Amino acid sequence: MSLSSSRPLPASGLRLLLDRAGMLVVLLVLVVGCALTIENFLTWVNLRGLALAVSMSGMVACTMLFCLAAGDFDLSIGSTVACAGVIAATVMNGPGGIAGGILAALGFGALVGFVNGWVVAQLGINALIATLASMQIVRGLAFIVSDGSAVGIRHEAFFALGNGTWLGVPVPVWITLGCFVLAGLILERTVAGRNILAIGGNAEAARLAGIDVARLRMMVFAVQGAVAALAGIILAARVTSGQPNTSQGFELEVISACVLGGVSLTGGVGRIGFVVAGVLIMGVVQNAMNLLNVATFYQYVARGAILLAAVLYDRRKRQRG
Amino acid sequence: MSGSGLSFSGITMEFPGVKALEDVSFSVQPGTIHALMGENGAGKSTLLKILSGAHVATAGTLTLDGAPRRFGSTADALAAGVAVIYQELHLVPEMTVAENIFLGHLPARGGWVDRTALRAAARQQLQFIGEDIDPATRLGDLPLAQRQMVEIAKALSRGARIIAFDEPTSSLSEREVQRLFAIIRGLRDRGCAVLYVSHRMDEIFALCDRITILRDGRHVETTAISSVSRDDVVQRMVGRKLADIYNHQPRTRGPVRLAANALTGPGLSAPCSFAVHGGEILGVFGLVGAGRSELLKLLFGAAAPTDGTLTLDGAAVTLKSPRDAIAAGIVLCPEDRKKEGIIPCRSVLENINLSARRRTARGGAIIAEAWERENAARWIERLRIRTPSPSQLIRHLSGGNQQKAIIGRWLSEEVRVFLFDEPTRGIDVGAKSEIYALLQRLAADGAAVIVVSSELPEVLGVADRIAIMRGGALVDIIARSEATEEIVLKKALPQEISTAA
Repeated sequence: MSLSSSRPLPASGLRLLLDRAGMLVVLLVLVVGCALTIENFLTWVNLRGLALAVSMSGMVACTMLFCLAAGDFDLSIGSTVACAGVIAATVMNGPGGIAGGILAALGFGALVGFVNGWVVAQLGINALIATLASMQIVRGLAFIVSDGSAVGIRHEAFFALGNGTWLGVPVPVWITLGCFVLAGLILERTVAGRNILAIGGNAEAARLAGIDVARLRMMVFAVQGAVAALAGIILAARVTSGQPNTSQGFELEVISACVLGGVSLTGGVGRIGFVVAGVLIMGVVQNAMNLLNVATFYQYVARGAILLAAVLYDRRKRQRG
Repeated sequence: MSGSGLSFSGITMEFPGVKALEDVSFSVQPGTIHALMGENGAGKSTLLKILSGAHVATAGTLTLDGAPRRFGSTADALAAGVAVIYQELHLVPEMTVAENIFLGHLPARGGWVDRTALRAAARQQLQFIGEDIDPATRLGDLPLAQRQMVEIAKALSRGARIIAFDEPTSSLSEREVQRLFAIIRGLRDRGCAVLYVSHRMDEIFALCDRITILRDGRHVETTAISSVSRDDVVQRMVGRKLADIYNHQPRTRGPVRLAANALTGPGLSAPCSFAVHGGEILGVFGLVGAGRSELLKLLFGAAAPTDGTLTLDGAAVTLKSPRDAIAAGIVLCPEDRKKEGIIPCRSVLENINLSARRRTARGGAIIAEAWERENAARWIERLRIRTPSPSQLIRHLSGGNQQKAIIGRWLSEEVRVFLFDEPTRGIDVGAKSEIYALLQRLAADGAAVIVVSSELPEVLGVADRIAIMRGGALVDIIARSEATEEIVLKKALPQEISTAA
């Protein structure tokens, strides 16, 4: 990004900064605006609640970033969250114990993801259709395993995963932060990360450049499934049970956050900074509306409007560049 | 000057980091066919985009019949009587020919499409240009040449008086080209101003009345075609004299590098055997559908052979994927760069390092950023890739520079066999001669080079030996010294025709 060197005008420098930082600037403005106008926004308790509220969509958005970067989609994550929670609870209550429950749920998530990836990358089915199918299959499995009702968890030690804190910050928030850092490093600094972006940019050219396209796409889906399961396990720990009908529409929330941040839906363009910005903007807006006592019904309208505005802004920016 | 027709004055177009056009002024008279020539990146496409309303010029004015115009969209341009006919046709394959011709202004009565009127009007438009196509045919079922005729009919149905063609013959056969020329001459005789963009010198001299040459975004000359020679045109396009464009030099031939033994696979009708030596350039010539690209795909592991073996430096190799081929030192520069070569939305740096980074990454996983910067800078400099910076998105580069970036990608590897599929397609003369020089250098450094081309002079110019393909089979390999256009073409043509001739 050394385009600025030829024209050191301050105006273009500012514009460049705006373009590079993208939605992070919008986030900053939003946070400052809320801090100045909304009482109780800038309190430790509120910020901690905000972070906890976005922690689930945050960690899954990390892997959705890879999925979108590769030019794919995954609609099955909401169902995976629910089913993983149910499986974790069921196995835990049986002979498996806490470790067994967590491992079973993670394994299940990875398996769902792997099957998604296999159908998409090997059988060549459109990702939208493939994961629309698995979304319903997995939701069905969640109801079948739980027999349609919540599965209460008997191990109190397990709840720490959802409700515990470390250095005053909730455990799920730490996990999400870890996901952000790890996903950023993998996307920016590893061959696999760059290759995934290349696949999203032009899959055939990537194949002819020696990249194992099918294997990487399957890997992306498998990791996506495992991380969705992780989110499901944490959710189960927070609510002390596995809920088969939880997280409906979660996939759209996650994809919205990614797109809001500037991740391209057609693949090939994405950064972790985009995702952090997208997730936090969604979280701050939600939190602000809660503090201002905006009724839930209106919140849906507001969230949709914000998404639309962000995408329009992004498009104008790109046309100008 | 009567002030009628089309004139550009002081047209300047700036993109971030690049000045695509600078102060370009010239006029196109009605009733003339006006050639627009220049190297890739000279600004021809940008000028056409300004004409069609896809871009708005940063400065300068476009005058149409004496009135300054400013087109904000393609619809604006069409309404003013300006149509640009692109290489990639802007038609809807699922709709009928008639619907395509009247797309956007279908004859209707109270919102319902008047099918009878539509068909009659479409037939009339087609007859106007002498085409006998059933207007009810689904467009996708027509051969490419006829689709182009539909595009022309569409332009005329809008009353276009200024019609620009962008490389219209790149995928047409000789006979189709002649038909197209007859239609273009017809347009001229009816008083249209035709702007004709092409790299093909023969066509320019056969068809056009006047010529404008652009170089590096600037106007070089506008003159009558009769007052310039081909050499003049080339010289003005590149700004220097081109001696022997192919730059062929005798080289010492090494041992056999790559040998195919009775290779068969999709697209080949007979087992194919040949050997290429290190230090040698093997040209492969054939008509469309002769199996040239299919053969390269087999050699690159991009398609699976059904039988036969490959040996590389004496050892048998099995290539299950391009990945295997690259690891073995066989690389391909594909024919369709946009679809199979570049990653458009990524930077020049990323496109160059795409393959070799797997070897330089720490632990095979972590990108070695210093090496990547260095490697990209090295090939940008050595191959003279024209880009404002390594982080420029590659889709903003001209075709020749994209091709060079792909070559840089492969030069970052240790290559034993280079496969080139139409290496200079859509590339201007200056970049062409650079690529020819590069082919010679690769061979001189010991690589085996296979060049597939549908341009006969190119094959004869660059290759040491020429393999001729016909109908999916390799029919002969002849030495450079024995090859003439006539001999090669005769072997490449379908047999019944060549024996009859």
